[in-house]
Amino acid sequence: MRQVAITNFGNTKFSRDDLTIESSLLSATKSLFDQTPNLTQKDIDVVLVSTNENSKYLSAILSELSGITPKISHTVENLCSSGTNAIVSAYSYIASGLGNVALVVGGDRYDSPGQILEWDKSRGEYKHPIFWATIFTKSYKRKYNISAENLAIVSVKNHRNAKDNPNAYSNKTYTIDDVLNSKNLTEDLRVLDCSRPCTGSSAVLLTSENFAKKFSDTPVWLKGIGQKTLSASFTKNPTFTQMNSTREAAKIAFDMSKLTSADVDVAEIHDAFSVCEPMILEDLNFAKNGEGLSLSKNMYDTFDRKINPRGGLIGTGHPLGATGVSQTVEVVQQIQGKAEKRQIENANIGLVHNMSAAATSSTVLLLKS
Amino acid sequence: MNFESELKKGNFVIGTCTDCDRVVWPPSNLCNSCFGKIIWKKASLVGKLIEYSKKNDIDFCLAEFENGVRIMGDLILKAKKPEIGAQVKLEKCGITDGNYSFVMSII
Ligand SMILES: [Zn+2]
Repeated sequence: MRQVAITNFGNTKFSRDDLTIESSLLSATKSLFDQTPNLTQKDIDVVLVSTNENSKYLSAILSELSGITPKISHTVENLCSSGTNAIVSAYSYIASGLGNVALVVGGDRYDSPGQILEWDKSRGEYKHPIFWATIFTKSYKRKYNISAENLAIVSVKNHRNAKDNPNAYSNKTYTIDDVLNSKNLTEDLRVLDCSRPCTGSSAVLLTSENFAKKFSDTPVWLKGIGQKTLSASFTKNPTFTQMNSTREAAKIAFDMSKLTSADVDVAEIHDAFSVCEPMILEDLNFAKNGEGLSLSKNMYDTFDRKINPRGGLIGTGHPLGATGVSQTVEVVQQIQGKAEKRQIENANIGLVHNMSAAATSSTVLLLKS
Repeated sequence: MNFESELKKGNFVIGTCTDCDRVVWPPSNLCNSCFGKIIWKKASLVGKLIEYSKKNDIDFCLAEFENGVRIMGDLILKAKKPEIGAQVKLEKCGITDGNYSFVMSII
């Protein structure tokens, strides 16, 4: 297989703006072109769009609006992890030789139809994501004797990190009390424990080895990819205190890259709700079982931005199809030394964790300078 | 007869494969082990509590019935704080506004 690099990126500010999906995707594409001096439309032979929007043929539309006539062009949908799924597809096209230069653009609107998986009827009238999040939260709190106050640190930390991210939906900081006093959605979940739906798009450029240096002096290599789908039904999760698909995806990605969690300098992980961060830290082996939250708290206390430097989903906002791409953009920026106020010193190895539908499926990417 | 037509009538039925006898959940036309045909049988209405919480004044839960069949629905609390693993009974089921609806109580 050929080596594949991520060389460049484009961003938009996440907001509640009532933009069409086409114009949001186009803005991220323009941002990528603006930041990639040697790139012309003719260089691109793969265009993939990741989104949950119901609009059809979006990658052909985006190609036309951007003046690109790619060989391969299609949409990738996998709920909240559509973005990393599109990156994995682009990787495969390039690694196999079917393409050389791939533009991946992910986006969604604040009212995306991907927020609720209608098919999963075993949840009765409790289909909204706040209900699986409530079950996870209550189970995790019980198992490890954790309070709502303890969990609130995740939201406090990630909102603080997002304040230095000009593209984040949130630019406010909150205290533990603010989180605890925010609106109760259920007995175990408050509004500030949740990532918010919003409008936004992000873009990355993937290339084969022989094109990487044309577009960047600091290509970032995709060294590990792990994906696992265990079910589509929330209720089939083997446990509700860890993300089993994440554990399996992480093992595949770490094995492929010959890296371990100890090698990782920076990670964006899928904190759709507060409880997700400690669970994922444990699933990815950054912390022992039950100790994920101590790690989040320690990072807050020491101003350590290693986990979710862009603000995670809670601080940055969660335009579903954009999220995995936006997470990847952050890790690429960190490794390229372009993360400005958020920059982590000597970030060489980064991890992206993106999951869907109560962690019934997960993707883990490992990136290296 | 299928899962939804029975649910509409307030009956909780579970699909079993005619070839390999496995229980298939969530409801489907074919077995997810051998793609065999499904027959529908009345299910036991007693299960166990996996987790519960509350939205506004309504308690809700995730419960498991025989053969790993799990559903979420309203929970009628009789004691104040039920233990996880407590027995629950499916009191009522149906289809409301296109969603399956289940009401369970702690036995
Ligand atoms: Zn069968």
